[in-house]
Amino acid sequence: MTELAGMPVLEPAQGAKDQHMVINMGPQHPATHGVLRVILRLDGERVLGTECVIGYLHRGVEKIGENRTYAMFNPYVDRMDYVSAVSNGLGYCEAVEKLLDVEAPPRAKYIRVILTELNRIASHQLWLGTHALDIGAMTPLFYTFRDREEILKIFEKYCGARLTTHAFRIGGCQYETYAGFEKEVKKFLKFVAPKIDEYEELLTTNRIWLQRTKNVGVISAADCVALGVTGPVLRASGKKWDLRKAQPYAAYSEFDFEVPTGENGDTYDRYLVRMAEMRQSLRIIEQAVNGIPEGPIMAKVPKVIKPPVGEIYHSIEAPKGELGFFIVSDGSTQPYRVRVRPPSFVNLQALDLMVRGLLVADVIAVIGTIDIVLGEVDR
Amino acid sequence: MPNFITSYFGSTLTPGAAGNQFWALVYVFVIFTGVSVAVMAMNWLERKALAHFQIRLGPMRVGPHGLLQPIADAIKLALKEDIIPSEADQFIFWVAPLIGLLAAFTVYTVIPFGPSEAVSDMNIGILFMLGVSSIGVLGIVVAGWASNSHYPLIGALRSSAQMVSYEVAMGLAVVSAVLMTSMNEKGTGTLSMIGIVQAQQQQGIWFIFKFFPLGFIAFAIFAIAMIAETNRAPFDMAEAESELTAGYHTEYSGLRWSLFMLAEYAAMIAVSSIAITVWLGGWMRPFPNLLRAPAWGFIFSLFPGLTFAGLAAIAVIGTIRMPSHSFFKIQRMGLAGFAAVLGLIAFLLLVLAVAGRSPDASVAARFNAGIGYVYWFVLKIAVFMYLFIWYRATWPRYRFDQLMRVGWKVLLPISLGVLILTAIAGVVVS
Repeated sequence: MTELAGMPVLEPAQGAKDQHMVINMGPQHPATHGVLRVILRLDGERVLGTECVIGYLHRGVEKIGENRTYAMFNPYVDRMDYVSAVSNGLGYCEAVEKLLDVEAPPRAKYIRVILTELNRIASHQLWLGTHALDIGAMTPLFYTFRDREEILKIFEKYCGARLTTHAFRIGGCQYETYAGFEKEVKKFLKFVAPKIDEYEELLTTNRIWLQRTKNVGVISAADCVALGVTGPVLRASGKKWDLRKAQPYAAYSEFDFEVPTGENGDTYDRYLVRMAEMRQSLRIIEQAVNGIPEGPIMAKVPKVIKPPVGEIYHSIEAPKGELGFFIVSDGSTQPYRVRVRPPSFVNLQALDLMVRGLLVADVIAVIGTIDIVLGEVDR
Repeated sequence: MPNFITSYFGSTLTPGAAGNQFWALVYVFVIFTGVSVAVMAMNWLERKALAHFQIRLGPMRVGPHGLLQPIADAIKLALKEDIIPSEADQFIFWVAPLIGLLAAFTVYTVIPFGPSEAVSDMNIGILFMLGVSSIGVLGIVVAGWASNSHYPLIGALRSSAQMVSYEVAMGLAVVSAVLMTSMNEKGTGTLSMIGIVQAQQQQGIWFIFKFFPLGFIAFAIFAIAMIAETNRAPFDMAEAESELTAGYHTEYSGLRWSLFMLAEYAAMIAVSSIAITVWLGGWMRPFPNLLRAPAWGFIFSLFPGLTFAGLAAIAVIGTIRMPSHSFFKIQRMGLAGFAAVLGLIAFLLLVLAVAGRSPDASVAARFNAGIGYVYWFVLKIAVFMYLFIWYRATWPRYRFDQLMRVGWKVLLPISLGVLILTAIAGVVVS
């Protein structure tokens, strides 16, 4: 932890501290990825402390869950992390399936893996574009959005929606893959692999990019664990923790893939980890598309879902980290309580630790590198 | 015609140097209009070029291929409500954009578009230019301060520190070029902008190639510093959009904001002109010494006309490729008209080039030479403008402390070293 830890942010100025400037960044700031508000205490341009103010996008998703049936709540989870809606749906559906003690058929699992990994690439592409834009490189944004479009087209063809997909159902998938699905996914794999190299060409060895990201927002693996930070941020600190490997869900245990890790836990390592993850996702999708089994896509699930009394916590590796659903059932058609463990919200805690002692420009870079989506932070 | 108009004809001096106030005023008017139009054209070109870097189309709606977009923007900005924050220092808030604009445009009085195509030939021209262009920072600083707001204040602080530090390296780079002008029989250098170009002409070499690689390094330092000086990417700290919303002009809107933009683009053209004058042979066409035969002179004098003919051809192709839907009728007619205007200009220029090919002192020959000077100067500026856009599309933004480090720890020592080595090389050679 830095020597500035414990510096109060909102303390009124007095004495020598008269020189400090308390500045409000957001919620309409162009680089806070939505409606995050950060209050900064500055000495010149040096950050002495930050305080996040969240809740501008609070819609009470968890409370809504208590007033909807299990199936009706499914589309709502898409609206949390809206850039990786498929992952949210997977987490929720699997949690309810565990509660019901049913298992999706193998074909459904494979479809789930393909779509979720496509979504991981889309999410990372969006992160890369906006992160690079925050650091001042305009052009990658347009490249990533061009390629993300192809993924969204596949989603649209599969389930009719591009962003809030509602792709899965409790017990499997509602839709069979459309004709030519495998071919199109394979075409996409061929299309996007050189594009990822193209992003890297612009940034990976760029001197300014290196200077802006190396040793910026460093966080150690121990601090990550202490704060509950997961996902690429944790892996970039050197800890090899990926729920797809650690507690395999869906069909992940059947695929061969690496878990990329970094060493220094700085912004540059997190960039490299995410770039490597995109490539690993391509590998997983390729194996899944080639090995997709025939068979039913829905397990036997009762028309009215009434799970037995009990509680369940199920978590998956969303693009941003561990996405967990804690569901308490009282035996009725509606959950007694739904609690979401959103990766963005938990990872955002690390912001203050990461930016103390850095400059204003680094705050922007660090907000970008944590990869938050305010819909998920506020829920 | 009155004497004060006719007395200037046949003079080979600038109006200022010849003491002719009337023609000086005409030149001021022409340059002011020309620069304003160039800024508008640059506005359109930047959007289009940046869009094509980023696989988009850019403006396409206002006029054919968005050609009228800058005009639409200018009208919009002029009609917008003029907001002055209630807590702002009203008078300084009002004055700040004017300071920047005046500084940016005053520089043009000494920029030589040709041996006599300048408002004035000051014997301290380059010094005057550097001095006046650095007044521009004052406009930014007081704008940030008068806004009485946090983000503009940080932007203003950044840009003042940035511009002051890069001024040093910039000045030293220019000094090493000024040293090169003294490499003649008399051993006397010059600070006059026209004198610097003429020195390159006499020595038969652009200063960028002189004492290779010393001239090139000095030019590179200047080229880097001038991006910082004009607050362009990747040194656009002062208006870093993703950090400081809009930097020093966050609180400005409408016409006042557009004055800042005008000043920024005018300053970009101005510093490019310095670089061109000092290192890239100013108004001279390529190889004036090697390809000296009159035939070569004629061939190079065809370039302006051919350039316009090329632009007209692009416009014609655009007209042909436009969808044949009745929605596009007016756009197609507009673009065809634009092509016709460009073609007419090309035709006139070519006629002039043919008419003025004899090296006598006829009016056509004189006029032809003048067009050649302005053409090559503007072409070199256009290359720099393209580079400005290219940088912006490609690179991330430096952080403030890294920027200062580059300025003080890299550029300044190198430029000092180049200065000393240039002096030594000059003594050794002579």
